[in-house]
Amino acid sequence: MIRFLTRRRGNWTDWLSWGWMIFGTLAMFVPVLWLVLSSFKTQSALQEFPPSLWPTGQKQIVVTGYDKPLPVFTVPLPDGGTAERAMVRRIGIELQVIDPAVPDAPLRRVKLAEAVPVRELHFAIENYLEPLEKFSFGRYLSNSLIVTITATAITLLINAMCAFALSKYEFRGRNGIFIFIVSTLMIPITVILVPAFLVVTQLNLGNSLWGVILPPAATPTGVFLLRQYMLTIPDELMDAARMDHASEWRLFWRIVLPLAAPALAVLTIFSIVWRWNDFLWPLIVLNREDVFTLQLGLASFQGELQTQWHYLLAMTVVTLVPVSVVFAFLQKYITTGIASSGMK
Amino acid sequence: MARLALRGIVRDYGTLRVIHGIDLDVAEGEFVVFVGPSGCGKSTLLRMIAGLDKPTGGDIEIDGIRVNDRSAAERGLAMVFQSYALYPHMTVRQNLAFGLENQRMPRAEIDRRIADAARMLQIEHLLARKPGQLSGGQRQRVAIGRTVTREPGIFLFDEPLSNLDAELRVQMRVELSQLHKRLRATMIYVTHDQTEAMTMADRIVVLRAGRLEQAGSPLALYNHPANRFVAGFIGSPRMNFLPATVSPNGVRVDGLDELALERFAVAQGAAVSLGVRPEHFEFVDAGGLPGTVDLVEHMGGESYVYVTLANGERITVRRPGQTGLVGGSNVRAAVLQGQAHLFHTSEGEAAVARL
Repeated sequence: MIRFLTRRRGNWTDWLSWGWMIFGTLAMFVPVLWLVLSSFKTQSALQEFPPSLWPTGQKQIVVTGYDKPLPVFTVPLPDGGTAERAMVRRIGIELQVIDPAVPDAPLRRVKLAEAVPVRELHFAIENYLEPLEKFSFGRYLSNSLIVTITATAITLLINAMCAFALSKYEFRGRNGIFIFIVSTLMIPITVILVPAFLVVTQLNLGNSLWGVILPPAATPTGVFLLRQYMLTIPDELMDAARMDHASEWRLFWRIVLPLAAPALAVLTIFSIVWRWNDFLWPLIVLNREDVFTLQLGLASFQGELQTQWHYLLAMTVVTLVPVSVVFAFLQKYITTGIASSGMK
Repeated sequence: MARLALRGIVRDYGTLRVIHGIDLDVAEGEFVVFVGPSGCGKSTLLRMIAGLDKPTGGDIEIDGIRVNDRSAAERGLAMVFQSYALYPHMTVRQNLAFGLENQRMPRAEIDRRIADAARMLQIEHLLARKPGQLSGGQRQRVAIGRTVTREPGIFLFDEPLSNLDAELRVQMRVELSQLHKRLRATMIYVTHDQTEAMTMADRIVVLRAGRLEQAGSPLALYNHPANRFVAGFIGSPRMNFLPATVSPNGVRVDGLDELALERFAVAQGAAVSLGVRPEHFEFVDAGGLPGTVDLVEHMGGESYVYVTLANGERITVRRPGQTGLVGGSNVRAAVLQGQAHLFHTSEGEAAVARL
């Protein structure tokens, strides 16, 4: 390891590139790490200044004779040493503390300024449990899963069918249609938001998950990506399958789709990430809480007057997990897909 | 087994006509080879027979029934493609079964046909593999196996051996001929290699620029080429051509003495091409065409002697056995009795009939 790191010492470009890559890794990774660690902090720990990296809280202890756990302080002893004492109550600038080992002893008074809170590592798991129980985050999660999975399946199917027609059939206007489809990439979603919303409401799809799933299902990106890949599938295979009594649908389903698997994997990743993270379109279509997706649920923690950061952070971590898993499993296709299509 | 008839087949691409009216009958069980230089339209013709391309004009008949409007699948044909076109994501067994499953054939019948074809082509041990794991020759066998399981009326081959190395090509040539004998099937085979045509065909169809130049048995084409193109295309090394003028006793090769030949149906003084196959020259002490040996290729069983004639024309002479000639030797090449061909120099360069 040392040999590896120190060999070719003196070549400053190596050091520079190493430094740059380490900087890049930190720049990417530290915010995520910060998010995950912060998501385990209690609401009060989040408000602390200066902030701590680890989720810490004041140590609390259960003492016989008291219903609630008592916070622990390090207090000076009369003999000049210090010891940990549990605080029973606070009166003005004085604390009444008790030795947890001797709960029957009389309370002792300590000045607030002399008592130092004892801190310990504390993971506030309730940040995760409470939203899932109280705020029906489980429901948002299942809504998001339904939208993402259904929409991805539909996107794959219809984009593949379109790409198949555009790559394997000769017909008049083929290139015109293709250019038209790709040119819709240049239209920002904000421009078509209102008309698309009107169409969705006219079709009675407002406040339904289908209203979220269907309108963006056909993507020019997907058509482009799949078409470019399908162009590389030799036409002789099509001819061979036609002579093998394959119907055109079977040709598509049994020959072209399996062979386009790498491109389909790339589109799958893109579609999952798009749909999972999609906020604007669901926000417009969905306004009843029982059809909210995760991203809408997250936004609801951010009120006009106050933001429940502890829940927001914890649920953000939850929403990150599925996408990260998908990415981890399919990441090798992303690089090949981007390399072959020049898109990201 | 099926008969095939082509009636005035024409194919245009836009304003460009690539097939100029082809008429041909293929009998049941016949092995017909379409041969010609690249771009002659032979593959286009095959694709039209297969139903993968539509003729602009003319009729295609299989067993006397017009099939122009039938799809490729309905014509009951099977084709081996130049790239083999095996489905790369399926195993060999699935490749063989795909066409049969599409016809909703019973499983038992599919298994039987695959077993038969695999045994015949010795690919039984490969059935579980994918095409990517096979060598070129094995892929070739699987592609042929796929057509055999279909039990088609006509087998179509589109340059199936062109991706194989020379040794394997010779071997597969023999196997294809044996397959034809065993199945007694009608086969149409497209190639640009005249050796394949000569060795396998019952009948060769020579095409050039979308026109049928000559059709006949391999030896008929070899011995009696209809024109200079066929004469030059069939046979290896190719026939020697010398510009000449018809003289009273034979021809006068331009720049050389008169060469005595048998009588041809052509007027004296006409400009012709004298065509002589390499094996139809012999070296003589007197007479003949004088020249100098450039190079001798010793094949062991025979020798190729490359000669530059006194008028600057080059000829190739094939002599049986081994020869003591070396480069620089002066020789005189004479044409064997009755083996000369004359071709008109006019358009079409048709052969001149003997009298």
